[in-house]
Amino acid sequence: MQPAIIRAERVEKYYAQPSENRIQVISPTDLSITAGEIVALLGPSGSGKSTLLRMLTGLSTPSAGEVYWHEKPIATAEVNVSIVFQSFALFPWLTVLENVEAPLKARGMDAAERRKHGMKILDTVGLDGFQAAYPKELSGGMRQRVGFARALVVEPEVLFMDEPFSALDVLTAENLRSELLELWQNKTIPTQSIFIVTHNIEEAVQLADRIIVLGRNPGHVRTDFRVAIPHPRDRKATAFTQLVDYIYKVLTQPDAQPPALPQTSTGKTVRDQRQMHYQMLPHARPGGIAGLLELVLDHNGKDDIYRLADDLAFQIDDLLPIVDAAQLLGFLTVTEGDAAITPTGAEYANSEILRQKELFRTAAVENVLLLRQIVRAIESKSDRSVPEEFFHDMLDEQFSEDETLRQLETAINWGRYAELFDFDASRRRFIQSEKLHHDADASSTAEIDA
Amino acid sequence: MMKLPDSFSNIRGRETFARSQVLQRSWPVVLDLCVAGIGLACFYGVVVIARYWFGHPEPEIVISQSPRALPQYAFYSVVRIGLAYMLSLVFAIGYGYIAAYSKRVEPLMIAGLDILQSIPVLSFLPGVMLAMVALFPTRQIGVEMGAIVLIFTGQVWNMAFSFYSSIKSIPRELSEAANIYKFSRLQKLIQLELPYAAIGLVWNSMVSVAGGWFFLMACEMFVLATRDFRLPGLGSYLQTAAGTGNYAAITWGLLTMIAIIVATDQLVWRPVIAWSDKFKFEQVESSSRVRSPLLHLLQQSRGLQSLRQHTIVPFGESLYRRLAEERTVGTPTKITKVRGEEAKTGIASTLLRGLIILVAAGVVLYAAWQALTLLRQVHGSEFATILKGAMATFLRVNISLILAAAWTIPAGVAIGFHPRLARIAQPIAQIAASVPATALFPVILLALIRIGGSMNIGSIALMLLGTQWYILFNVIAGAMAIPSDLKEVATLFRFTTIQKWKTVILPGIFPFLITGMVTASGGAWNASIIAEYFRLKNQTLQTVGLGAVISAATDSGQFQILLLATIVMAIMVVTINRLVWRPLYRLAETRYKLGG
Repeated sequence: MQPAIIRAERVEKYYAQPSENRIQVISPTDLSITAGEIVALLGPSGSGKSTLLRMLTGLSTPSAGEVYWHEKPIATAEVNVSIVFQSFALFPWLTVLENVEAPLKARGMDAAERRKHGMKILDTVGLDGFQAAYPKELSGGMRQRVGFARALVVEPEVLFMDEPFSALDVLTAENLRSELLELWQNKTIPTQSIFIVTHNIEEAVQLADRIIVLGRNPGHVRTDFRVAIPHPRDRKATAFTQLVDYIYKVLTQPDAQPPALPQTSTGKTVRDQRQMHYQMLPHARPGGIAGLLELVLDHNGKDDIYRLADDLAFQIDDLLPIVDAAQLLGFLTVTEGDAAITPTGAEYANSEILRQKELFRTAAVENVLLLRQIVRAIESKSDRSVPEEFFHDMLDEQFSEDETLRQLETAINWGRYAELFDFDASRRRFIQSEKLHHDADASSTAEIDA
Repeated sequence: MMKLPDSFSNIRGRETFARSQVLQRSWPVVLDLCVAGIGLACFYGVVVIARYWFGHPEPEIVISQSPRALPQYAFYSVVRIGLAYMLSLVFAIGYGYIAAYSKRVEPLMIAGLDILQSIPVLSFLPGVMLAMVALFPTRQIGVEMGAIVLIFTGQVWNMAFSFYSSIKSIPRELSEAANIYKFSRLQKLIQLELPYAAIGLVWNSMVSVAGGWFFLMACEMFVLATRDFRLPGLGSYLQTAAGTGNYAAITWGLLTMIAIIVATDQLVWRPVIAWSDKFKFEQVESSSRVRSPLLHLLQQSRGLQSLRQHTIVPFGESLYRRLAEERTVGTPTKITKVRGEEAKTGIASTLLRGLIILVAAGVVLYAAWQALTLLRQVHGSEFATILKGAMATFLRVNISLILAAAWTIPAGVAIGFHPRLARIAQPIAQIAASVPATALFPVILLALIRIGGSMNIGSIALMLLGTQWYILFNVIAGAMAIPSDLKEVATLFRFTTIQKWKTVILPGIFPFLITGMVTASGGAWNASIIAEYFRLKNQTLQTVGLGAVISAATDSGQFQILLLATIVMAIMVVTINRLVWRPLYRLAETRYKLGG
């Protein structure tokens, strides 16, 4: 084993709350990046992928633990890394060349030398002739090329990438990916190691020599294994699809031990999940859940999640919350990466809107603690209304501020759909929903909702 | 003196400057000669100003009413505005920067901004003037500095706030990029923070400078106790002319004023806006943009380019090199500095900081106590006068707001809905809005006296004159922002006029209307100081009001009353902001926000 370039030792991230509680974003994690490998970091949203990346680069300080750069604490070391950002993060008021030269300027390189280096790297990434253009004159793919040029011009030892292709269309992304791989394999760039954060499983399997899968609540390493498929990798090959399927299985079974890998693996043990009071609501819309159930029903009630995602052209980040929500409501069961519809789920998918709402209402009250509590609180109050703040404070004990707001938003969304309660947005209060006489105007309601 | 919405300026740009292409064909030599001419003119201007400032003391300045004196007076006024603006810009950037990056003082500095913005500038006048005259006793420069500092206090706060909030809203990935590539603070300021804040700063600068004219007109000539302060300038010229009823001179003065406003717009703001276009943080290039022949001239000039190549560029390069060296040298020392040492310097700096805070707190407490003892001299009857004045001014401010809203809402919506009308009305409205109300005030009063109107009407007229534009331009912007499909829905379902106003137009312009009203309300309170008490033709016209109390106290040098009245006014402005405008603003942000 080579010595690590970057080594994280028991790093964790948490936000202290006013009350003794603290919100754990990432539980203590060990991780190292060694020379000669492309590492892909996969995980559902909320697993702290980006946070982990920022701790490894030294941009963000861990709440506990330490990150080492060539065995020196990263805060005091002269670190040589770059980041390629999802949003490109180019300075719109600088030309392409000025953008690429900016990091060299920071290093005090003189103008002539800077220009030479800048032009050379622009040549490498295929941007000759664009040096005087402003980023806004370029297409997304070209802009990300500038992002790559700026990252590579400092000849970083480790190149970090934070979902670098997810803002691009499929073809452009594919093109850029293979060019990057070419630069890396031909050793055109002196970069020692590449660390890529992504939510695209195929992208990870295509690029990486090693894949790390994170779980959430709080973020932790679920599995960390090497990919032994030789380059160039064929997306249709059995080894490739098996691995993609395997990662789907890991991701869709948040609570289980990662299943056995099809190849040799160095799977790590799962850390303890924190005991949670409220379950975390997946941020899915009822319409999305219904749509997914209908699709599963069309696939004879049972299918591979991998294939479903493919059918929908969805990224896992888009699909997983919907699967989780359907699972939480008891409409779907997931085993070994396969989704199977339950009888209630099938009834839900086949019903018309009012019956759907009824089924959703029953399932929600039964399975979702937060919704149950909101309904009870409204019933127990004489004015039939409860301030949002009340639940905000309770959720706040357990989730970060952003997550708390998202949880409430989802709860409001579900509650309104199921007609469990209504929400007065100007007064920020949960109120009892006005019961319509469904029989009287069922037809008109259904039409509007459809 | 208004915040111009972006789209608005673009429309104007296309209309006025189709001719700008002509310049592209002229020779570079001509461009260079033009630039050299501008440079020489600037140099001469500096010489003239210096000669005047450091010349003999001029104890009694007589303001000439000859139109021939006007170019010189106008020049002096412009220099005052320019200097005050430069001072504001530097201060605003420093203030905003510290507030954004120092967690410890941030809340204090932002609360400070809020309050400082609410204090009526003109009540600072006597204090600032006396201090400055005391500092430079025999020279005109004391009074000059006083005027400049005063304008500065009027225009700096919104710029500081704009810079602060720009820094705060820089996208996270951009500042991470700057950090990961180890930009020095300087590089980050020049390549990230200043460009990102540029557009906000430019628009706020325009508002600030317009506000500066408003106050300059008022403070070029005033009486403090027995002393008569006069500064040669456009404001004093107009006041003198109005005082003697010299209509020819008044006309000349106003024409000069308009000429200056138009020239500033063409020679300063237009090039600056055209230049700042590249700092727009947008993904796609917008089709319409402001053009400026002057900017074109400056950018194409070879002389300027080579000057830049030989001065700024090498200087910048060496600076960046030095900063980079400092950093690489700096890192090892940081390593060798073991924790114990760190702790020691930590304690020392904490002690020092504590000491500084203690001393500062002591000074503040002492000064505050002194001010409070001053307040004890205020008699009960005077206190009653102040309260009565506050009520009267409160009513007057609201009447002027209602009057302004009553005509600007229909007019603004009409302009916003009809592009044809907008093309004609907007340039006219802009020129009209740019003339500082204080410059017109003497003229209006003369007219009022002739038809037998009272000062009460006059003061409302001045408030209206100064603040209606804020509402008008915001309403226009709001009306333009209403999506056309909403308007089509109203037509499709045959909404009645009332229903259309209630469901489409009023909710659509609501956020803009509130923004305009907030600014207008603050402006009206401030204007009351000039509006309720005015000297004309050796007589003092006044009416009951808080502004009149402040002005009268200034005149007679009763600082305790001045202080109390100022505090009362500041409290009223802050309270109204908190109780009325802020909730309305929040409502506008949540319920009436169109899109997204």
